[in-house]
Amino acid sequence: MSELLDLTAAAAAQRVRAGELDPGELFEAYRARAAAEDLNAFTWVAEGPPDKRARGDDPLGGVPIAVKDLFCTEGVPSQAGSRILEGYRPPYTATVVARLRDAGAPLLGKTNQDEFAMGSSNENSGFGPVVNPWDRSRVPGGSSGGSAAAVAAGLAPWAIGTDTGGSIRQPAALCGVVGLKPTYGACSRYGMIAFASSLDQAGPLTRDVSDAALLLSQMVGHDHCDSTSLEFEWDIAMPRAEHLKGVRLGVPEELVGSEGGVETGVRERFEETLELARRLGATIEACRLEHAPHALSAYYLIAPAEASANLARYDGVRYGLRVDGDADLISMYERTRSAGFGDEVKRRIMLGTYALSSGYYEAYYGTAQKVRTRISEDFREAFASFDFIVTPTSPWTAFELGSKTSDPLAMYLNDFCTVPMSLAGIPAISIPCGLSDGLPVGFQLAGPAFTESRLLDVAYALEQAIGFDGSAARLPDEVNT
Amino acid sequence: MSAVAYEPVVGLEIHVQLSTRTKMFCGCEVSFGDPPNTHTCPVCLGLPGSLPVTNARAVHFGLMIGLALGCDIAERSLFHRKNYFYPDNPKGYQISQYDVPLCRGGHLGEVRIHRVHLEEDAAKLNHLGASGRIHGADRSWVDFNRCGTPLVEIVTEPDIRSAGQARDWLIVLRETLRQVGVSDVNMDEGSLRCDANVSVRPRGSGELGTKTELKNMNSFRFLERGIEKEIERQIGLLGSGYSVVQETLHFDPASERLTPLRSKEEAHDYRYFPEPDLVPLLVSESMLKAARAELPAELPAERAVRFENELGLSAARARLLAFRPELGEYFERALAHDVPGVDAATIANWIELLIERIGRDADPAESKVTPESLVALAAMVSSKAVSRDAARDVLTMLAEEGGDPQKIVEREGLGAISAAEDGLGELVDRAIASDPAAAEQVRSGNMRAIGPLVGYVMRETKGRADGGEVTRLIRERLG
Repeated sequence: MSELLDLTAAAAAQRVRAGELDPGELFEAYRARAAAEDLNAFTWVAEGPPDKRARGDDPLGGVPIAVKDLFCTEGVPSQAGSRILEGYRPPYTATVVARLRDAGAPLLGKTNQDEFAMGSSNENSGFGPVVNPWDRSRVPGGSSGGSAAAVAAGLAPWAIGTDTGGSIRQPAALCGVVGLKPTYGACSRYGMIAFASSLDQAGPLTRDVSDAALLLSQMVGHDHCDSTSLEFEWDIAMPRAEHLKGVRLGVPEELVGSEGGVETGVRERFEETLELARRLGATIEACRLEHAPHALSAYYLIAPAEASANLARYDGVRYGLRVDGDADLISMYERTRSAGFGDEVKRRIMLGTYALSSGYYEAYYGTAQKVRTRISEDFREAFASFDFIVTPTSPWTAFELGSKTSDPLAMYLNDFCTVPMSLAGIPAISIPCGLSDGLPVGFQLAGPAFTESRLLDVAYALEQAIGFDGSAARLPDEVNT
Repeated sequence: MSAVAYEPVVGLEIHVQLSTRTKMFCGCEVSFGDPPNTHTCPVCLGLPGSLPVTNARAVHFGLMIGLALGCDIAERSLFHRKNYFYPDNPKGYQISQYDVPLCRGGHLGEVRIHRVHLEEDAAKLNHLGASGRIHGADRSWVDFNRCGTPLVEIVTEPDIRSAGQARDWLIVLRETLRQVGVSDVNMDEGSLRCDANVSVRPRGSGELGTKTELKNMNSFRFLERGIEKEIERQIGLLGSGYSVVQETLHFDPASERLTPLRSKEEAHDYRYFPEPDLVPLLVSESMLKAARAELPAELPAERAVRFENELGLSAARARLLAFRPELGEYFERALAHDVPGVDAATIANWIELLIERIGRDADPAESKVTPESLVALAAMVSSKAVSRDAARDVLTMLAEEGGDPQKIVEREGLGAISAAEDGLGELVDRAIASDPAAAEQVRSGNMRAIGPLVGYVMRETKGRADGGEVTRLIRERLG
């Protein structure tokens, strides 16, 4: 197994296609590791090989994939990390998962997450927190924490997650893997259990940038089942840039300056990475994103507002949990939702309901939408002078379990550097850029809409220069066999 | 008692199920009467992760309705989420249009249209228990076949002033929608549903009184009765010094009682916000052109105006013929024969007599009476070749056996008896002799007493005499 474990997903796919590796053996090796894991990264693991064997020409070569719990998978538990959906097995499969399956990436398992993707530490899962393979006393980040931890620990060759305000990038940073949030509309949302519809986007969590490019190339494209998805007209080639000559990187003072509260170790790795970029030929200058400091406030009105409606369907009438009431409808609703939702979900439903209420709508939701527009304009202006905006992905490294659970506002600050891109709907990638006190640090690059291909290219050049080694987090095989 | 005269003010909100093949936001078949929950999918069941996609055909139908009602069509309109919890609403919100609807303005006849918008229908709830309503039900079940059926909501301005007018106007609207071809418009099956906003105010006042909303009036008669009852109730309240409370009332057709809906079913802050799962609805010039091209050349209201203004029909008769396309068609074919002495109003009158004989819902074109023979019969009356009464009998025979009215008149010996010949004068003399009391009254100026005398002659001639001529002869003798 250790030999297989050393292969990136793209390399494994290459070997399968070349006839040098049996996809069944690959699947079973990872399946066994995933089934035996003790990070609580998986909520469900395949019991046997996939029905359909990989074909020789499948672009993804039969390399199995871990899928965040909130993607609907036909006949397989899809609970979005919530007790209110405990045991729920949907009758259909999300478009993105179906596309990956058809491209030769069979479902390995479903990964744990913060309930309905609401959280930055995975401690909000209805099925218990995931722990970070770099340090089991620490969180993996969230909400796609299970996917990030599974890839970091070598329990899955690659994974997909979703990002609403940082839910792919932040756990990728905390677990030392690559995470990409595509342009809003690049990937279909059909079958993704919704948190905030205008922000949710699926994306890859992978061991390296090449894996992310390969996976993304099979995820994007218009889906007639999702009106907000768009045709992706740009070829996503395997990245190969060796230098960054002529690439202009902007460092937004509002996010990276002293106001941003970036931890010293994180700042050091960030500065070092900028220096590497400079050596590769990039120019680096400070830039302005004037309204970015208001992004979190706007985000915590817009996302909960949409969530308050998206989560209204969990009412105990048709599926999932039902707690009987006193022979009347209202008490059944109240008891079901009280029992089924966790505290953070309830908090956000109440926030969102309030923000949309008659008499408050304009002041809260209306104003937040205006801020969102301003943030998009800030990025557009910045991209007139810069090719990419760079920041640390998270202001800090993986934190201790329980250290922020009593302070929601401190927890929300995890997304300080990732939320502006979400509101603007632009693509952003996090790559590991070294360790701080033995814990991974993430470096974020964001580009204009639909520049994923260039973004991956630049990230690849940096990745080669950084030379990050994530093998320390991979669980030794004997533990799992 | 109060001397204040009150004026009712009524506005209608009409929900129309569109007869598209598939639902508003998914590919499930639109159906009626099929086994429960046989036309469902993740989208219309509101399953986690599902997303709506707007039905282009429903938009097309919405545009046709907007154009038929003379509305302004928005180039860009929005779908919103209307949030409320109820078991007939699987997502916890209904996708509807709110502050930027597809159509605004317009009118149908004398009533202005406020707006027309697209939305999705809710599922159907069935309650087990004596009440048939959710309160007190032993158990309720949900049929999602209806859930997601495309709906157009038409909201009028408060331009209606009586229950009868509301009923008549809704009939015009139904006929218009039927002829536009976008809905079955069947109130029994719920493909046409109407709520009414009712208020009253002192006659002459320019302000609106407090309104109530009436629901569940699922027939034209119930609509009229419900509004009548509510107007009476409100006038009664105001007349006794009470005020009207704004509330929603449920009309029970059996008892004709209006009962308030419980506040839990009703009082809502719907927390509307733009539906993030859908992009704005953009209407292009080519979409408008396609909608226009599918509209009938002349809509019922336009036809009624033409019948009334250009052909001199009474308003009621113009509507009768205009709102039933088969009658209008028959009327226009008869009119095309253009016989001197037979005007449009006469033909319309004969058509009404015809449908009395063949059944009110029958299509005269499928009867044994051709437009040509109907006009021929009318022409015989106008040339006094046959009396009006005799012609009615001829029409009855025509409707039964068909054929040529002229031949029937000859065969039955129903040709008119005139004063000059056939001894009509003699018959008149006998009539006067048979009823001296009536004759005396007529002589002293009471013209109403002439009836029995005319009746005598008509009986004796089996209706073949011309009533006008008989009257003239009687008055000549008794004048």
